[in-house]
Amino acid sequence: MESKTEVKEFNYTAKDFASDQDVRWCPGCGDYSILAQVQRTFPEIINKPKENIVWVSGIGCSSRFPYYMNTYGFHGIHGRATAIATGVKVANPNLDVWVATGDGDLLSIGGNHFIHTCRKNVDIKIILFNNRIYGLTKGQYSPTSLKGQVTKTTPYGSVDYPFNPPKLALGAEATFIARSIDRNAKHLQEMIKRAGLHKGTAFLEVFQNCNIFNDGAFDLLTDKETKDDHVIELKHGEPLVFGKNKDKGIRLEGFNPVIVDLTTGHYSVNDLWIHDEFDPSPARASIIMSFDERADFPTPIGIFRQIFKETCDEGITRQINEVKKKKGEGDLKQVLYSGNIWEVK
Amino acid sequence: MENGKDKELLELKEVTIRFAGDSGDGMQLTGSQFSDNTAWVGNDLNTLPDYPAEIRAPAGTIYGVSGFQLHFSSDDIHTPGDQPDVLVAMNPAALKKNLSELKSGGMIIVNSDSFDAKNLSLANYSSNPLEDGSLKGFQVFQVPITSMTSRALEGIKLTPKEVARTKNFFALGLMYWLFNRPLDTTINWIHQKFAKKPEYVQANERALKAGYDFGDNTEIFTSRFAVSPANLPAGVYRNISGNEATALGFLTASIKSGLPLFLGSYPITPASEILQYLSEYKNFGVKTFQAEDEIAGITTAIGASFAGNLAITNTSGPGLSLKSEALGLAIMTELPLVVIDVQRGGPSTGLPTKTEQADLLQAAFGRNGEAPLCVLAARTPSHCFDMALESARIALKFMTPVILLTDGYIANGSEPWKLPKMDELPEIPVKFVTDSEGYYPYNRNENLVRPWAIPGTPNLEHRIGGLEKSNIYGNVSYDPENHDQMIRIRKQKIQNIQNDIPDLEIEGDLDAEVLVAGWGGTYGAIKEAVTKARAKGYKIAQVHFNYICPFPKNTGDVLKRYKKVLIPEINLGQLAYMIRSEFLIDVIQYNLVRGLPLRVSGILDKILEVAGGNNGK
Repeated sequence: MESKTEVKEFNYTAKDFASDQDVRWCPGCGDYSILAQVQRTFPEIINKPKENIVWVSGIGCSSRFPYYMNTYGFHGIHGRATAIATGVKVANPNLDVWVATGDGDLLSIGGNHFIHTCRKNVDIKIILFNNRIYGLTKGQYSPTSLKGQVTKTTPYGSVDYPFNPPKLALGAEATFIARSIDRNAKHLQEMIKRAGLHKGTAFLEVFQNCNIFNDGAFDLLTDKETKDDHVIELKHGEPLVFGKNKDKGIRLEGFNPVIVDLTTGHYSVNDLWIHDEFDPSPARASIIMSFDERADFPTPIGIFRQIFKETCDEGITRQINEVKKKKGEGDLKQVLYSGNIWEVK
Repeated sequence: MENGKDKELLELKEVTIRFAGDSGDGMQLTGSQFSDNTAWVGNDLNTLPDYPAEIRAPAGTIYGVSGFQLHFSSDDIHTPGDQPDVLVAMNPAALKKNLSELKSGGMIIVNSDSFDAKNLSLANYSSNPLEDGSLKGFQVFQVPITSMTSRALEGIKLTPKEVARTKNFFALGLMYWLFNRPLDTTINWIHQKFAKKPEYVQANERALKAGYDFGDNTEIFTSRFAVSPANLPAGVYRNISGNEATALGFLTASIKSGLPLFLGSYPITPASEILQYLSEYKNFGVKTFQAEDEIAGITTAIGASFAGNLAITNTSGPGLSLKSEALGLAIMTELPLVVIDVQRGGPSTGLPTKTEQADLLQAAFGRNGEAPLCVLAARTPSHCFDMALESARIALKFMTPVILLTDGYIANGSEPWKLPKMDELPEIPVKFVTDSEGYYPYNRNENLVRPWAIPGTPNLEHRIGGLEKSNIYGNVSYDPENHDQMIRIRKQKIQNIQNDIPDLEIEGDLDAEVLVAGWGGTYGAIKEAVTKARAKGYKIAQVHFNYICPFPKNTGDVLKRYKKVLIPEINLGQLAYMIRSEFLIDVIQYNLVRGLPLRVSGILDKILEVAGGNNGK
């Protein structure tokens, strides 16, 4: 799947987006890949001078991201990245606003801002670096850590259930929801492009390996031997097929997804579920998002769903224009000298 | 409408009225209508809305009583009056709750229809006070307001509930008659407010006129009163509340600075009205953003400030607590931002609808780390306009967050406001950096202020954030010497605001022995108390702080000039604490934290006690 890229007026290269700061993530961290794919992709999706790009972050390893991008950047406080980004976008709708955030930052302390950003369809792009652990504070469990996961604060295993981030975004009405994996550079680039071209809240979850505190969390999804059987790549208009030899498919029977064997002759690709990114109903996207909660189902990556509706800043601007049309451009004297005024001579 | 022909018209200098009734009786509306009318006829006035936090507490109960006090005069006045001369009580609970505050010999106008067994019992009256002689010593006027109103509204298609709801206009009409007022301001208001509901216009107008005619035509009242216009300085006036003045101040600051106004806000009593007012001004390009919580209120504002808007957020004490961490971020990133804290009774949820001055130390110091910022305070409702402009000016000029303290009393209270002439409004010059030559995010000018380069400006891409940055260059820095230097620079930058603000102004007797110092909404009460003490022959000086962080330059000199410094506050001594520690002088405190404005009489007694016998005479 190739996305259409706009005519490039600006001949930026990946280098143009690298700041002069030394990158200080741990060697081997998945964050490096995300940074590299962003810098590689940006020349293809940026259709305005790069001074109009703003990266905003909260707190955590991922939130150092803005320091490494040679754009305007704002390293905020824990959990508040989406709120800060919202302020930037509403204040100046001409800016392209991106958020780099982590599972603790976005889904724990920042959960409230996240759902309301989605609800309001604020036109910002959120990249969630999900490593299922608190890295910067050195290894406590996060809201995406698995039940039973042993961490520094869950020495006997976590008793909590994890969030499924795309489902949370869907419930909060985000208009673009996708997932990718740090090690799948090509796919990640494609997802960054598609998120960047979306108008509205774009939520991209990236499975990111923390090789210090949660190493191997996504091995099944990235190892050569296992990944084909454990990952299904969603492609618009195409059947849900996975497996090393593309020999397995998924059908939708009622509300139930069913894995079928394509080698027995009972089913062909024509019997499979055809993915529709632009499905107006959230129901099917929700079922896809739940695949990995079912035994033997692969983990979906790709775009779950994308819809279009008025964005937050569009609504604000539209209303300002409507009121101006109705009441006329604001006249300060008229407002100050209104109500029951009287003169003392 | 003819004036009551055969009724005597008595001239009074000043009157304090309190309207009291159920939360659903429309007492706030009645009070604010009477206030607008009072302003319009040219009296000086000052008001105190006083209502419970419950929107509609069970009808007839004492805790459901809502009150509105206003003080008006032909003279210059500064407070809502200590004790009312007239009490309008719409039910027994309202009478019970307010009677003890009424001046002895004062006038009570009751809705006699409401004094039935049920309401008497709800108000915990064992016998009817209208009949048992317990109101001896007051002038009691029993008016069957409910039944008179429904009679007046006969023929209008309204439900009995809707009819009952107009009885406050009957009461208002009667008070207009009693104080010899025109009905125009309220009739105009009714027509505007209910333009789409002609039956409401008819009903409210008829109730209002019926109340007026009742005074005229019955024998109950033998005289009416008039208060001459006050001798206010020449100019054009309107009646204004503190919250509206605050909103208008920031609207004006936006125009004068040429920056779009962004308000990130979460509703909280008693500050929500600022959001409500500003959301009306969309045709000025004002962006009001009702956020998901207090933290998003301030952090969206910080984002908007980074993007180059005039960014503000409004709240009350609990919200200021929630905004603390983000305030630190604004201090660290050195971005302009104004936080308006309309103080209410605390701690915690405290007394949401009552006034207090107990957020001063939180505003000045309530953050992690060395986190200095600028703190200003407004002293009266109309002064909120000036301080809003001033807080925006300082925030923009010094690239710093500013906390503007107002309080529930001046926010909801109102007074006549002499409107500024348009050409007298201060300019607020703002210059974004556009030249990349020599640009560094933490380069500084002579005031130690860093440059403001906003996204969208070519070649000035830079990164800021909550981590400590190297001076000048703005890269993340863990260098010990740099941190120490940056801490001192941030402190000195706030101190430099001193050179940009007016000196403390001494009112009263320069050569007094006693200085009364205050801040915020106690100005009026202190001023009246000082005036009264001086009228008794005492020499008393007064200063009132508009600027608290930093203090005006001459503060130390002024304080040290007086033998005794008395500081009245609606807290346990927060300004006193700051003055003691900063200027190493002792002060005498006067503190009452009742959720209500200080009374003139209380401050006056304290002044006389401090001045002592003939001391200072």
